[in-house]
Amino acid sequence: MTQLPTSTEKKLGLVIDLDTCVGCHACVISCKGWNTENYGAPLSDQDPYGADPSGTFLNRVHSYEVQPSQGDAQLIHFPKSCLHCDDAPCVTVCPTGASYKRVEDGIVLVNESDCIGCGLCAWACPYGAREMDAAAGVMKKCTLCVDRIYNENLPEVDRTPSCVRTCPANARHFGDLGDPNSDVSKLVAERGGIDLMPEQGTKPVNKYLPPRPKDQLARQDEQLDILAPFLEPVATESKGFLSWLDKTLEKI
Amino acid sequence: MHPAPSVIFFSTFSGLGFGLLIFLGLGMPATTGWSAFAFFTIAYLLAVGGLISSTFHLGHPERALKAFTQWRTSWLSREAWCAVAALTLMAIYGAGLVFFEQRWVFLGWLGAIASLGTVFTTSMIYGQLKTVPRWNSLLTPANFISLCIAGGALLSGQTTWAVILLALAGAIQVFTWMHGDSALANSGTDMATATGLGSIGTVRAFEPPHTGTNYLLREFVYVIGRKHAQKLRIIAIGLMTILPLILLLLPFNHWIALIAVAAHVGGVLAARWLFFAQAEHVVGLYYGKR
Repeated sequence: MTQLPTSTEKKLGLVIDLDTCVGCHACVISCKGWNTENYGAPLSDQDPYGADPSGTFLNRVHSYEVQPSQGDAQLIHFPKSCLHCDDAPCVTVCPTGASYKRVEDGIVLVNESDCIGCGLCAWACPYGAREMDAAAGVMKKCTLCVDRIYNENLPEVDRTPSCVRTCPANARHFGDLGDPNSDVSKLVAERGGIDLMPEQGTKPVNKYLPPRPKDQLARQDEQLDILAPFLEPVATESKGFLSWLDKTLEKI
Repeated sequence: MHPAPSVIFFSTFSGLGFGLLIFLGLGMPATTGWSAFAFFTIAYLLAVGGLISSTFHLGHPERALKAFTQWRTSWLSREAWCAVAALTLMAIYGAGLVFFEQRWVFLGWLGAIASLGTVFTTSMIYGQLKTVPRWNSLLTPANFISLCIAGGALLSGQTTWAVILLALAGAIQVFTWMHGDSALANSGTDMATATGLGSIGTVRAFEPPHTGTNYLLREFVYVIGRKHAQKLRIIAIGLMTILPLILLLLPFNHWIALIAVAAHVGGVLAARWLFFAQAEHVVGLYYGKR
């Protein structure tokens, strides 16, 4: 049913730390791997080794340059996947009921056997979180690895979304953002987590932790390298054979 | 937005077909028998042909019946209901006219309202989308409905109505373009809000997430043809409104009427192509594109 639940018991989602992300794209690859081999239609590629490759991904990492009015520019790597919005516009536009938001945990999912592939949900999503799979003809999106997080066949440490489990920089965190005492909620409160495109009124569950200000050491007047003064050139005037060679060559 | 030919043909021809059904439902022209049969055949070919062409862009057209289930929230589902209601009511009403020489006036009115409702629900599929600021306006339904009834008046041979409605549709079309050109800038969504990085400084897309293209860029960041937009707008408004208006004001002749209809259809197709090709989806901001 494409009517959104008035409230959900939990708000499972991700917290993405833009300060920590190194832009390695490991989350992109692990997501593609897990979601191709497990639940739903595989994430297909078209012309993968040819001249014009493209494919379906549920998670993509952009990189932005941010230039403050003063000081150096910052390079920020920016992973983007479904934000599992509270007021998900992708769900209400679906004509078949294939898209839905779960009451128990707030995850937004697509029932692929009901999807007619009209693409309207992808039109309604401001974040580009939904991609139509060109081979399967159905809409694909992040499931928050619903087949991992409750999967008792996996060791407990692996019961998190694949992207979170993989991230080597620990820039991705998973938890219940509806519980103010959860680790992720505390992290958001502490670091001033933000919503993307708040003016679109989607009320995203996923939060982004803004990058912290860069170190200003290079701008300070004091000497950075305490050994440098001891490494001043001792001889300013050359002597001996090299000096003779230099002068002789100059004369030629 | 990618201007999919199936959706352009669908919205243009089904708009015309339902426009003609509106006038037939209102008894304009008040024909019966074979003449009514000809009018209804044209209307159904346009409306149903358009609806069928719209299924061509579906990934799974065989599941299209499921689209009737979510009328509570989905404009696409409401459109499906309105279209079926309009086509059923008008079929019964048309059968009365053609086979029994009977005009069931109330049924005709209901059919006309359902036909208008179909075009309105179609327009709201686009008008509801906050993600496409150019469409997210009451001007979108105004644009679709005014073109639908102007086309209907033209096809049903209601010259006086056609002149008034074509002029109105042309004015709304120009106003829609003017409003649309500043819609993205006025929407409040830009790279700063998209990335949340605007509080630090000026945001620039440095490196895209993928070297090739993808579904998002193909579907939402269509920029081909935007440089010819002004010329195409002049062609569209000329064919859609101005040429048919001049032709209608000339002494009536079936050939002139046919040229007026052909020009109008060509103009609406061009305008509908622009409607998609010029629409900027906010997801393009993540790629530093419009």
